Amino acid sequence: MNTAVDTHIQPTRPLLAMRSVSKLFSNGTQALTDVSLTVRPGEFVSLLGPSGCGKSTALRIIAGLGGASSGSIDWPSTRINPNGKPESDISFVFQEPTLLPWRNVFDNVYLPLQLKGQSRTSASRLVEDALKTVGLTEFRKAFPRELSGGMKMRVSIARAMVTRPKLLLMDEPFAALDEITRQKLNDDVLTLWAETGVSVVFVTHSVFESAYLSTRIVVMKARPGRIHEDFEVNQGAVRDEEFRTSESYRMTCERVSHSLSQAMYGEGGH
Amino acid sequence: MANGNGQAAQDLALKVFIPLAVLGVIVAAWWAVVKLTGTPPYILPDPGAVAAALIKDWPILWPAFVVTTKITFMALGLALVGGTVLAILLVQSRWFELAFYPIAVILQVTPIVAIAPLILIYTPTTQMALLICAFLVAFFPILSNMVQGLKSVDHNHLNLFELYGASWMQTLWHLKIPAAQPYFMTGLKIGGGLSLIAAVVAEFAAGSAGAGSGLAFRLMESQFRLNIPRLFAALLMLSALGVAIFALTSFVAWLVLHRWHESSIEREN
Ligand SMILES: Nc1ncnc2c1ncn2[C@@H]1O[C@H](COP(=O)(O)OP(=O)(O)OP(=O)(O)O)[C@@H](O)[C@H]1O
Ligand SMILES: [Mg+2]
Repeated sequence: MNTAVDTHIQPTRPLLAMRSVSKLFSNGTQALTDVSLTVRPGEFVSLLGPSGCGKSTALRIIAGLGGASSGSIDWPSTRINPNGKPESDISFVFQEPTLLPWRNVFDNVYLPLQLKGQSRTSASRLVEDALKTVGLTEFRKAFPRELSGGMKMRVSIARAMVTRPKLLLMDEPFAALDEITRQKLNDDVLTLWAETGVSVVFVTHSVFESAYLSTRIVVMKARPGRIHEDFEVNQGAVRDEEFRTSESYRMTCERVSHSLSQAMYGEGGH
Repeated sequence: MANGNGQAAQDLALKVFIPLAVLGVIVAAWWAVVKLTGTPPYILPDPGAVAAALIKDWPILWPAFVVTTKITFMALGLALVGGTVLAILLVQSRWFELAFYPIAVILQVTPIVAIAPLILIYTPTTQMALLICAFLVAFFPILSNMVQGLKSVDHNHLNLFELYGASWMQTLWHLKIPAAQPYFMTGLKIGGGLSLIAAVVAEFAAGSAGAGSGLAFRLMESQFRLNIPRLFAALLMLSALGVAIFALTSFVAWLVLHRWHESSIEREN
């Protein structure tokens, strides 16, 4: 590709640039080889691929949880803290809600701000805002065990968004939920994404989920984990019920499926 | 809702009534056996004689009760603080764990009655010796439960705290210590019971007299003088103390855990 064209398409500096990142675990598993991935501000990137291809590993490396064996991760447009991490700008939604069971909903969402030294009163506005965006204002005093799976996941999202991150990492956040709840939460995430301009890296196993949500889809291959294909989709489309039945959505699904089966079974897999 | 409340009240009434009824039956049976067989009071006094001894010997028994209570609670308090602090140090530092855990184990596995005479030699007062014995016994269950609890923190929670750049102090205070609470409460309940047992057993071993002696000494003394009603009265006070400790530690555990932990929550499906 021509650099001039590149610059034209991407006027902004990338938020995140992984360059030739590899990860070798101490037990000898080569989880990632030579993964290069850039995320631009406002992008919604889905990571898709067979089980064990290193999606979670990649996400953890981006978050600074467990370093890469080689390669580098740059944050061209972010200030870096002395300890080498752009902490305040990243949030993580894990596959499980990982709420603290001894804290009520409000205090769970308050946690990231508390760890940054904000007092409860000064943080209360931000926490209430975050609870409102996920529709859980009434449940601020409830304990996690009193919530349904979908509600817990919402609390987890509120907790991730309360710090107003620039990058939101989500690792199969809705895999354990039913289809209806999942669609609702997908729409919630899209609303948040549109309202806040946060960049999202979203790991999923679902072709449909990735086609519905993403502006870009990265398909990965296993053994060793690497990027198979990286393409932009549905730029600028409005994601609503109509979009689910649109031609461009259908074509994206087809393209992702095709790419995925190639990644899993090689070139002859379609 | 009203139905649920009625149910709960009925439940509570049953919980109080059944044990009381059983206790009443036992006391009545005891009384009947003594009366029917004509057992003399120096072998088995009837409940009335025990109650009379409790009232008559109150000036002797009450100070002894206070001494035993003090030793038990001081030992438990020290064990709670010591066990928790040491557990935190052990978990924070591998070096510390290697150095001190074996010593804690040695202290635990050595029967306390065997150390008691030795401790007596080195301490200025008997009470101090009893305190040390009770402490040593109560300390280990609290330590080991707390270590277990601090180590059982969910890895995802640790990742979360790392992601948000929490300091080790914040991770300890906001994550590890709350996560260890259920384990701590187990340690508290076991330690509470053991510190009373140790305070009594150590006093048996010490066997000293004097103004500052506890219930165990009064027990032995009564046996020696064949004052069996007083022996039973002392025993009754010891059980009451044990029950009170059990109730108190259970209540504390409930208070801390009932909002969130499965162990303190009624199952509702
Ligand atoms: N802590 C670890 N130690 C050793 N190997 C690991 C570790 N974590 C992951 N792996 C290995 O690295 C590879 C990638 O794992 P990863 O969890 O990133 O896969 P994934 O793409 O997220 O899979 P899934 O879709 O099933 O979640 C796997 O082969 C896995 O066995
Ligand atoms: Mg994974």
